[in-house]
Amino acid sequence: MWAYIARRSIQALFTLLIITILCFILTRLSADPLAQYATNPNMSAADKEALRERLGLNQPMPVQYFRWLGLAIQGDLGISFFSKQPVGLMITQRLPNTLKLMVTAEIITILVSLFLGIISAVKQYSLLDNVITTFSFIGYSMPIFFIALGAMLIFAVKFKEWGWPYLTTGADIWDQKDPMQFIKHMILPVSCLVIISTAGYARFIRTSILEVLGQDYVRTARAKGLSNRMVLYKHALRNAALPLVTIIGLDIPYLLGGALVTESVYAWPGMGRLFWEYAQRGDFPVVLGVLLIISTAVVAFTIITDIVYTFVDPRIRLN
Amino acid sequence: MSSESISPENTALKSEISPALTPRQLIWRRFRKHRLAMWGIIGFVLLLGFIIIGSIQIGEKKANEVDLKARLSPPSQAHWMGTDSTGRDIFARIIHGGQISLIVGILAVTFSVSLGAIVGGVAAYYGGWVDTLLMRFTEAMLSIPSLFLLIVLGKYLGRNVQTINVFGQSYSGSVGIVIVVIGATSWMYLARIVRANVLSLREMDYISASKSLGASDVRIFFRHLIPNTMGAIIVSSTLGLAGAILNEAYVSFLGLGVQPPTASWGNMLTSAQSFIQRGAWWMWVFPSLFIILTILCINLIGDGLRDAFDPRSNRNL
Repeated sequence: MWAYIARRSIQALFTLLIITILCFILTRLSADPLAQYATNPNMSAADKEALRERLGLNQPMPVQYFRWLGLAIQGDLGISFFSKQPVGLMITQRLPNTLKLMVTAEIITILVSLFLGIISAVKQYSLLDNVITTFSFIGYSMPIFFIALGAMLIFAVKFKEWGWPYLTTGADIWDQKDPMQFIKHMILPVSCLVIISTAGYARFIRTSILEVLGQDYVRTARAKGLSNRMVLYKHALRNAALPLVTIIGLDIPYLLGGALVTESVYAWPGMGRLFWEYAQRGDFPVVLGVLLIISTAVVAFTIITDIVYTFVDPRIRLN
Repeated sequence: MSSESISPENTALKSEISPALTPRQLIWRRFRKHRLAMWGIIGFVLLLGFIIIGSIQIGEKKANEVDLKARLSPPSQAHWMGTDSTGRDIFARIIHGGQISLIVGILAVTFSVSLGAIVGGVAAYYGGWVDTLLMRFTEAMLSIPSLFLLIVLGKYLGRNVQTINVFGQSYSGSVGIVIVVIGATSWMYLARIVRANVLSLREMDYISASKSLGASDVRIFFRHLIPNTMGAIIVSSTLGLAGAILNEAYVSFLGLGVQPPTASWGNMLTSAQSFIQRGAWWMWVFPSLFIILTILCINLIGDGLRDAFDPRSNRNL
């Protein structure tokens, strides 16, 4: 067990090293971080050169990379070129907003899709099942901005036009400290996220329950005279929960990254929007910082999920 | 691999009616029975027909024609799907944008499937440090959330965009970049599947047989290993096409994709975002509907193919 964890961790470090090299090359070279000064009349060419020198931007790329990596390992992600703030601070300011949005959406998604998945598995091929399946197929094929823009059009723009109580869109100014306003602003983005991810989850849950219901031990349980309800709760759900645990475990780290498109459409001050805003400006310390945090979480959670799985499912042995 | 396996019920049943079927015929038979997949094919053919006939009827000029007097007009006799913020006809742009979206999707999938098959195949076949390095790299790419990766790569490759001329039509170079960006960020799952398949195939007797007959690595690779993983490749390229079209929409929606005036379903929605506050619903509804319909049809076909290629999978739908 410990040997397994150690081996996986070494592999993970290697993977992370590749990730940082890849991300550094792509972000550092994608734009000139000092482009914002290009048209600044108060700076001469010599000033710009001096600034470049001071920030270490004229050194060879490998040197820049290892300097960034060395500081990043110590927890220093550098300073944003645009906002002049430390990247770590910027991320810790945005992370709670993203987590509030994403965790709420994830919990609702799991509850709703469990409900829908169980119904359509138990009542397989019924009208209800067909309706749920059709909708999850459509939801699965839908880009999230379709729903995000549509919900905005209907619940914000049209409701306002019709004089109904409307929900605010991100464009308005609002007080993030006021919990009522916070919740009100969360309704639309959370609903969009739930609709999109429920589609995939519900289909997945339906398939895994149906798979378990076809197993021999379920037939045995039925033959023993257990009620359908008991079979479902005692046998089917427990075993169908296994693959679900994996999926959720692997999805958790992605919650940190927030929902880039949804956050942008609704102007939600989260990680996804932070990434997107600073990627547009070519501000590589911020972009790299966000990428590093999310991918480290992804790599770590892959290992954690594998280990947790051995506790949940004793049939699996690590080697 | 799966294409060779014939389920016992099938053979028993078929042998009474007709002589033995080839694996390909069996797959086709299973596929035909998949009702949703057939609907998917019908829908997809209709969409293709609409786009092809449409682009013959309506020239690209019309799609890019600016008419400021008619800007933001709702659907009418003159403009069936209304006009956008610079008065361009949305119906014409849907047709030409669809062409771009489909071309981008198909080329991106071709690129990513070749990349995935080669990376996975090479890693499994050679093993050792080649395998370790390639698989760590695959894992690294998979650990970066796909949209973030798309943006970073799009920014990187989009530094200098040129206009290219193909068959007398000039496309913004961004089309080429989008293809590479989408292809280069979506090969990883297939690489893993191909690797796993090749790993098990490598131990098969017929591979050692052809090795002892003196076949070269390249011959074994393209003659035996790749054809036997074809099922996985076909299924994942079909589902990958849906993903590529969706990714094109996302990238273009974020303004990193196909650049105007060339229309794509994704970049038509970018401009819709700013005008939704003014209630221009037609700018949003029509491109989205076409994206959803296309992806839905392709996903249905892909699902049918998966069931057809893998009869053991008892996926109830």
